[in-house]
Amino acid sequence: METLLSLTPLVPLFPLLAFLAIVLVLNPNKRLSAAVAIGAVGLSWLLGWAIFFSSIGAGLGEQPFVVELPWMPTGRRLFVMSVMLDPLGAIMLFMVPFVALLIFIYSVGYHNLGQPNVEPRFSRFFAYISLFAAGMLALVVSGNMLLFFIAWEIMGLCSYLLIGFWFYKPSAANAAKKAFLTTRVGDVLLFVGLVLLYSFTGSLNLYEVLSPENIEFMKESSISVAGLFTLPALPTIALLIFGGAVGKSAQFPLHVWLPDAMEGPTPVSAMIHAATMVAAGVFLVARMLPLFEPIEGSWWLGVVALIGAFTAVFAASIAVAQNDIKRVLAYSTISQLGYMIAALGIGGFIAGVFHMLTHAFFKALLFLGSGSVIHGMEHGVHHVEEHGHGEGHGHVDPQDMWNMGNLRRHMPTTFWTYVVGAFALAGVPLVTAGFWSKDEILAEAFEKWTHKGVVSIPFVVWLLLTVGAALTAFYMGRQLGLVFGGRERTEAARHAHESPRSMTVPLMILALFAIGFGWVNIPKNVPLVGNGWLYTFLAETHINVLHEPYEKVPFVFSVAAFSSILALGGLALGWWLYRDVTGDATVSPFERDPVARAFARIPLVGRPLWLLLENKYYVDEIYGVLVVRPVLALSAFLNSFDDRWIIDPLVDGVGKAARGLSAVGRWIDTYIVDGIVNYIGYILDELARGLRLIQTGRLPNYLAILVAGVLALVGLMLR
Amino acid sequence: MSSVPLSWYLIVAALLFSIGAYGALARRNAIGILMGIELMLNAVNINLVAFWRYIEVTGLAGQLFAVIVITVAAAEAAVALALILAIYRTRDTVNVEEIDLLKW
Amino acid sequence: MTAEQVVFVLAAVVTLGSALGMVTTRSVFVGALWMIAVFGGVAALFILLGAGFLGIVQILVYIGAIAVLILFAIMLTPRVMGDPNAPRYNRQWPLVAVMASALASLLVALVLRTDWPLAQEGAPTITGFAVELGKGFMTTYILPFEVASVLLLVALIGAIVIAREE
Repeated sequence: METLLSLTPLVPLFPLLAFLAIVLVLNPNKRLSAAVAIGAVGLSWLLGWAIFFSSIGAGLGEQPFVVELPWMPTGRRLFVMSVMLDPLGAIMLFMVPFVALLIFIYSVGYHNLGQPNVEPRFSRFFAYISLFAAGMLALVVSGNMLLFFIAWEIMGLCSYLLIGFWFYKPSAANAAKKAFLTTRVGDVLLFVGLVLLYSFTGSLNLYEVLSPENIEFMKESSISVAGLFTLPALPTIALLIFGGAVGKSAQFPLHVWLPDAMEGPTPVSAMIHAATMVAAGVFLVARMLPLFEPIEGSWWLGVVALIGAFTAVFAASIAVAQNDIKRVLAYSTISQLGYMIAALGIGGFIAGVFHMLTHAFFKALLFLGSGSVIHGMEHGVHHVEEHGHGEGHGHVDPQDMWNMGNLRRHMPTTFWTYVVGAFALAGVPLVTAGFWSKDEILAEAFEKWTHKGVVSIPFVVWLLLTVGAALTAFYMGRQLGLVFGGRERTEAARHAHESPRSMTVPLMILALFAIGFGWVNIPKNVPLVGNGWLYTFLAETHINVLHEPYEKVPFVFSVAAFSSILALGGLALGWWLYRDVTGDATVSPFERDPVARAFARIPLVGRPLWLLLENKYYVDEIYGVLVVRPVLALSAFLNSFDDRWIIDPLVDGVGKAARGLSAVGRWIDTYIVDGIVNYIGYILDELARGLRLIQTGRLPNYLAILVAGVLALVGLMLR
Repeated sequence: MSSVPLSWYLIVAALLFSIGAYGALARRNAIGILMGIELMLNAVNINLVAFWRYIEVTGLAGQLFAVIVITVAAAEAAVALALILAIYRTRDTVNVEEIDLLKW
Repeated sequence: MTAEQVVFVLAAVVTLGSALGMVTTRSVFVGALWMIAVFGGVAALFILLGAGFLGIVQILVYIGAIAVLILFAIMLTPRVMGDPNAPRYNRQWPLVAVMASALASLLVALVLRTDWPLAQEGAPTITGFAVELGKGFMTTYILPFEVASVLLLVALIGAIVIAREE
């Protein structure tokens, strides 16, 4: 068992090697590249599961498994690269490589390997995605914030490369740039936070830096900003690090990149939004939770909770009004990440991690399912364009849900797996994974506010999350109705067909997990099936990290029943309202969309409100006005400033003065400076003429000079 | 103690070394230079063995080192003579004063 | 003057005299013969020092191999060797002669000035030196031994490659 654990550092290595192999050697062979990438991540998966299963009962919570590698001596101390495995990391090793493997397999079919329309940069895709998986796995096993940050940045780079994978589309190129720059804001905050952390504790090792003494020390210290004012150290560091998570996990206000990231290939969306990148932010907060101590009543933890809960509702409300199948899922991801962050923010460590894990499975399922739908629709679109029916429609967007309808008949496997994913996301009671994890968060919040009263953060969190749950169920019902229900609204939908097996098999496997994974943590007081396994597995981490026992949350029947009613009701309402809509993507939303029509009936505010939702609260536009435009304007202003008003006259004036001076200088130059220079040159020239003679090119001469040197040395010894 | 003092050996070695150096530096013929170098190596060996005999007599290092030096000398002679033959073949001379390609 | 000293002086005179003859003779061929005498003198010195094995190695390797090799090389370059009137020295020889004498005097001065930390024991304690040498090469000094053998191999191959006719 120990030997298995000692293999932990190898887990990220396989995909990294696959990346190198594909980039350097295997590039021209598409099939081999895919095989190597899948094989590598498959090895990581096997090893990850082996490590996970051997870590059960290994007591890693009390004594994490650590491998250290001295890396770089800095000033007073040695920088140590380290790999750490604790239950949190182990459970991530269960999830990450497995989901990644399924996504890899799915990508083979998605990029049409073996068909005439195969993706031309197929091998490159697998190289990038392997590097991405390597980055995430390295992040999971890193025991050191520096390695963590390196892995974090590798993922940032890969997300840029992959979102912009079809860089010849301007929208994709822009989305890649946007994702990179937006997350960069968070990354800079994170980096500043880590630098401060290092300066206070002298270490970045996770198992050292978060000791109670260090926390206590930081709590009493303060940071002076440029000598102007001081900030308390602990909240500053904690919030800076949280800033990194806000960027990576797409929390408000840095959420804008994630919906645009849908421009990348769909497996990438699944990778970014399910298994890897966005989970990294939640993982970071979970890892760094001790910085938010004391858990109860630290105001900066309240900030985390409120941002999470606000994002959850904010994004869910946007998702209700979206038309692009992937965009709905993107906002749903942001919203679900809000749940996790909010859970961590009210101290629900295990609830947050649990939801992250279940979400990974069902969101991967949904994204891959939507990819399958788009894939099928693209076939339909091609078919229509080649055979020329459905005139007068122009190009049909295969991602717009209004162009679909009745796909359950054409794509049955995709339909059933998608239903499972949607049910899990909505939290259909008892069977789905999403129910158990979401209920755990709600129960956690409920417990907290019943102790603290209504005027407290947990109550606000509970309220917002419950509203969010209702919205989530509704938009998923809407999506199911639009995509799979009713009649086909376009010719393309009529000619859609099921995707290849390499795509549907991963869907089916993920569907199993989207149902079954929730069962690992059914609270103990549920009759018959209650086990609380994940709780026992992670609780020791919690004790070790936070130095206080984790308060167990029981199953609260009223909370569960309430959210179940909301989930079922929302799903049913959404399906019922959107099942029989007519009118494709060319029709105005106020004619085709029942909810938009309902909004439109509200006098005055109704229509603008809907447009507000549909346009994502105009956050992009606001950023455009507040950030992008000013920056551009400032640059333009500085440019003209430079050119016309100040710099140019200044330069001219300086120039004129200089001309006068230079006339004087010229004389000095010609007769004094040049004279000296020429004279020196002359001397050197003469000297060189002499010295050149030494370089005869004949061996005996050189030897003689050598012996002369020896003579000099012996003479020195004799002295 | 031997009746011949250590310094006698060292002086012989020093003189032999100097003569070898003179031969190596003054000869026109490349083979002559090589012979001079062999003399210098021999002088070093005399030193090594003399030191072994008078200072480190219980150990092996002195003689072992001398054996290594002989080995290196043999290798050096082989390579040097091969070079000389190659030069002779291409330039028709072994006169080092005519071999001045190092200059360019 | 003890017998040992007499032998030493004889060996030294042979060595140094032959060496002088080697560097001053006009013909390289004759010089090579002088060189064999030098090697013999050095072998005698080795034996006098109690390093009989090394003396034998000196004769085998230097006289048997290197000297013969040099003689071969001389005979293989006939056009140069064949000219008896060719000058034996290059143009820098007077300068080099001064330098060599300076070197000799400096070294001798250095030898005489140094206080050598002589060992107390007189005669060599190791008997059967070849055995000890072999053991040493196979145990403590295995690395230098292997390096030397690799060097020989490389030199062998290199010499063949360089000297081979195209």
